[in-house]
Amino acid sequence: MWLFLFTELILFGGLFIVYAVYRFTYSNEFALAAKELDTFLGMVNTLVLLTSSLTMAMSITAIQKQNKNLAMLLIGLTIALALTFMVNKYFEWGAKFSHGIYPGGNELINKTNGEILYFGLYYVMTGLHGLHVIIGVIILSVMLYFIRTDHITKDSFVKLENSGLYWHLVDIIWIFLFPLFYLIH
Amino acid sequence: MSTHVLEHNEPDYLQVKSKHKGIFAWILSTDHKRIGILYLITMGIFFSVAVLLGFLMRMELISPGKTIMDPQTYNSLFTLHGVIMIFLFIIPGLPAVFGNFFLPILIGAKDVAFPRINLLSWWLFLIGGLLAVISIFLPGGPVDTGWTFYIPYSIRTTTNVIPALFAAFVLGFSSILTGINFVTTVHRLRAPGMKWFKMPLFVWSLYATGWVQVLATPIVGITLLLVIIERTLGVGIFDPALGGDPILFQHLFWIYSHPAVYIMILPAMGIISEVIPVFARRTIFGYKFIAFSSLAIALFGSLVWAHHMFTVGMSDTAMWIFSLLTFLVAIPSAIKVFNWVATLYKGSIELEPAMLFALAFIFHFTIGGFTGIMQATLALNIHIHDTSFIVAHFHYVMFGGTGFGIFAAAHYWFPKMFGKIFNRQAAKAAWLLIVLGFNTLYFPLFIAGYLGMPRRYYDYLPEFHIYHFISTVGSWILILGLLIMLINFFVALKRGRKADANPWGGETLEWKIQSPPILENFHEIPVVETDPYDYSKYEIDRKESK
Ligand code: HEM
Ligand SMILES: [Cu+2]
Repeated sequence: MWLFLFTELILFGGLFIVYAVYRFTYSNEFALAAKELDTFLGMVNTLVLLTSSLTMAMSITAIQKQNKNLAMLLIGLTIALALTFMVNKYFEWGAKFSHGIYPGGNELINKTNGEILYFGLYYVMTGLHGLHVIIGVIILSVMLYFIRTDHITKDSFVKLENSGLYWHLVDIIWIFLFPLFYLIH
Repeated sequence: MSTHVLEHNEPDYLQVKSKHKGIFAWILSTDHKRIGILYLITMGIFFSVAVLLGFLMRMELISPGKTIMDPQTYNSLFTLHGVIMIFLFIIPGLPAVFGNFFLPILIGAKDVAFPRINLLSWWLFLIGGLLAVISIFLPGGPVDTGWTFYIPYSIRTTTNVIPALFAAFVLGFSSILTGINFVTTVHRLRAPGMKWFKMPLFVWSLYATGWVQVLATPIVGITLLLVIIERTLGVGIFDPALGGDPILFQHLFWIYSHPAVYIMILPAMGIISEVIPVFARRTIFGYKFIAFSSLAIALFGSLVWAHHMFTVGMSDTAMWIFSLLTFLVAIPSAIKVFNWVATLYKGSIELEPAMLFALAFIFHFTIGGFTGIMQATLALNIHIHDTSFIVAHFHYVMFGGTGFGIFAAAHYWFPKMFGKIFNRQAAKAAWLLIVLGFNTLYFPLFIAGYLGMPRRYYDYLPEFHIYHFISTVGSWILILGLLIMLINFFVALKRGRKADANPWGGETLEWKIQSPPILENFHEIPVVETDPYDYSKYEIDRKESK
């Protein structure tokens, strides 16, 4: 499982390299484009994800203490927070789209090459991250079902633990993405 | 160690009953041996298709001008030939087939660490492979980008690039899973007494390969994904028209694909290190050097990707460093060759088919390695870049090296896998034709390339005719040899004599269990006491008989 997470990190690592190269070539344009993102929305989403990591970790502890209902509640909360994240993201992307800022959109085409790249990377990286969140929601729902049917108990919670690890990874990647796109000006 | 084999009359893995019936007993099996066989069958089919494509290309090149096909077809053929050979034959070849089958046995385990993930990676392999083949028939036409998918052409061409890219992505995923599985298996499941330095060298090489798979493949995965996104959404990450940098694509591509060369060659070196001591009846020379050089190759090999890009424009310092690093990789490779030769020296050599293929491996690999060094030299590189010299070089390394490694492994382990022995005379005849054909096919391409014959060209100037003609004749001899080898295996499956547990007199663990092995390999997990290549008893015999 650790190795798998490692490969996931490297997957994003490839993107970070691309980002670094272009940031270097187009530093002014990147700074300009970064101003267009809503730091407040990004901040909210960061908090949402961090909290969800917490509830996830707590649900593992709950299972270890044989508190089945609490564990289910906590996982449910994690899923809800993940969905909040996605809804938030949806509004954020939607706003950009309605301004014509999307690949091939009329607004974006008129910007400089550096800004086009910035938004290209923004959509690809947050999009891929969003995909991971969705996968996470699916995995967590399965876990919820497993806990209900007693597939996961005090004595066999490896699956839940691994899902937890995966979820933390999703969280960590976001923590990298957030400053790269929202904070650095 | 004695070689007694307990006959419990338990059904072997080929016959054992499972909860599924018929073909499902295979394609849903989580037994590492069955999965190995599944890989063997699928890979064999893909290989045959790609050989056919290679044959057609050679037919086209037999004389200047249009011979049997038009240029667009030729472009698609060499792309598909390249994609299949690389992603479906050479990269998965040894780890997926023989690694799956023998890794657990060699370290005294009952299965790999994650049997179900193992099955999943075969399914991904199959799906990826089928996707690649299907992309030929979809409207839009087969891909014509070459197996490297270089940007910007791969964004602009109208052929089915996306399915092919996606296929490569899926295959990459399958390879990552195999890598994770092997690394974990080696760490966790070694039998009691199987210390790191008692592991057979094939296991060492798979272990090093596993790390390369895990570390390098994600990068190419994301790169290919980016090209897909770029084609569908026009994001402009690599497309120069939108400010992107196509050279960045090349960097990312080769960061994976150069180490991938070592995913291809390391396990083959592992096989050779297994075969040579057995048929030379001699303890392998410099065991630790060989083990460590696998790791060294994996490490250095990951740092030299940019030698594929000397001509695309980099700073002089960067070229210089990459050239130097590339020279450095040659050192651990040379260490291995010296150790093999030292093992052979004064051994009592038995020229069984597996040994013959191993010797041919050393011969071809030396030529391929030497011409590789020539390319690492900056001045020469500029001269031979993108000529058929390169084509000859990589066929010597990939086919002459890894391909022959696969054939060596097949002959070495066939009796263990199927419990049958093949006709050794026929195998030797096939070997002779394959070696002869191979060298006739590729050696002229070195000369033609040096004289300026460009690669990936459909047509050529009359002065190159003679080289292409000889080369095409070579391909016929080669293919004839391959056919004989294949038929020999099939005949042996049907009518072969029954093989006993240890037909070659090997000392590693797989020879201590019955052929074919039973479901969980061992009745009880063995305790390992001796070194893997202990042939001292033969050496004593030899001294006495002098
Ligand atoms: C019967 C055996 C084979 C024949 C006749 C054959 C023939 C050819 C020919 C004619 C080309 C095109 C060269 C060019 O125009 O640049 C080619 C390319 C290639 N071959 Fe083979 N080949 C054979 C076996 C193999 C094997 C076993 C491998 C893999 C290990 C392999 C890997 C490749 C690759 C990667 C390319 C480059 C494709 C590209 O340039 O995009 N070939 N081969
Ligand atoms: Cu290379």
